[in-house]
Amino acid sequence: MIEGMERIIREHRFFAGLDDETLAFIAGCTRNVRFDAGQHLFRAGDPANEFYLIRHGRVALELPVPGKDAITFQTAGEGDVVGVSWLVPPHRWLHDARAVDLVRAIGVDAKCLRRKCDDDHDVGYEMMQRFVPVLVDRLQATRLQILDVYGTSR
Amino acid sequence: MAHLADPVAGVLPDPMLPAARRVLRTRRELADVWTVEIEPEADGHAFLPGQFNMLYAFGVGEAAISISGDPGEPNRLVHTIRSVGKVSEALARIRPGDLLGVRGPFGTGWPVAAADGADIVVVAGGLGLAPLRPALYRLFAERHRFGRVVLLCGARSPKDILFRREIERWRARLDIDAAVTVDHADHEWRGNVGVVTTLIGRAAFDPANTVAFVCGPEVMMRFAAVELETRGVRPEAIHLSMERNMKCAIGHCGHCQFGGDFVCKDGPVATFAQLRRRLALREI
Repeated sequence: MIEGMERIIREHRFFAGLDDETLAFIAGCTRNVRFDAGQHLFRAGDPANEFYLIRHGRVALELPVPGKDAITFQTAGEGDVVGVSWLVPPHRWLHDARAVDLVRAIGVDAKCLRRKCDDDHDVGYEMMQRFVPVLVDRLQATRLQILDVYGTSR
Repeated sequence: MAHLADPVAGVLPDPMLPAARRVLRTRRELADVWTVEIEPEADGHAFLPGQFNMLYAFGVGEAAISISGDPGEPNRLVHTIRSVGKVSEALARIRPGDLLGVRGPFGTGWPVAAADGADIVVVAGGLGLAPLRPALYRLFAERHRFGRVVLLCGARSPKDILFRREIERWRARLDIDAAVTVDHADHEWRGNVGVVTTLIGRAAFDPANTVAFVCGPEVMMRFAAVELETRGVRPEAIHLSMERNMKCAIGHCGHCQFGGDFVCKDGPVATFAQLRRRLALREI
């Protein structure tokens, strides 16, 4: 079973180039998951116990607004990672993640991976090297989004 | 209208003199964007994809407007105009049968012919798809000459997607990869949300053998160019279309000066390698 997960996560863009030992190490924290359209992967405020590597489908990252529909600020698709709050205390999601269509993903047990990162700092460093660019990209994209460069259509 | 191969030589009709042309058709694209088809010269209005004309709303003023039609159909002179100021508002209000002044075409174009054999990545933001559309028509007409063709479009919201039906048709083609994203969306939208640069990382192309055409708001082009370069596309192969306030359109008046160049005659299309340093300057 873990061998199968190793193969699956090896094929995912996010873990490209990871050495066999680390891959096997991480595979022990993963499982295959699926979400139907409209189903939530997680909701803001919930404990960040599992993050997801998307294999198929599209996920809307949303900010819940009381009394209104949630606002989608980004979508993630095949090859993307959904969920970074598992890395930083208090380990709670800061936004919702909702499947726009059928989503197949690799679920990574965040507690398990955090423990492995604590036990083996090489694994921790490897994870940081992969997650920091995701955070920088999101920050950069958010900056551009804030600029509202296309102006207002009347 | 003259083809201004060498307007300074004086052997061609005066490039500052607009020719009166009749408006044939208009079409509302978005709430504030119109496409206007103008009667061309008797022998057609040949142009390079990416070039612009100076359109004169008589009694109001003149503005540089990119040609958004098919270069393979020079007998159809098409412009897409966003109503943002006095002149563009007057141009957008124009109706079939009205007269417009036309000078051009002017400026440099997208180097489609020079991209032979390469993968092509087209990144359009907002109204930036209008000046890119002629290049897309040319790419599709000569599809066999290129590797992968990737079209990445960004818009503010789903209701601001320019040429939406046409993009849907292009997406249905099996020989191009097209993706659209919007900055903001409600629950009804089932497509991508996020700035257009986020699509670049997901697109499949060979960066070392890619030519990119980028058009949109200047800050968007800067971010897109950086992202393309991060993917490994050479700055010399990243082409941007600059926009400045153009008046004479032949490099005499200096209104559109951008560093040592005039956008009207040295541009509007230039490479990221040429523009990078100036794009970071606040003063220009």
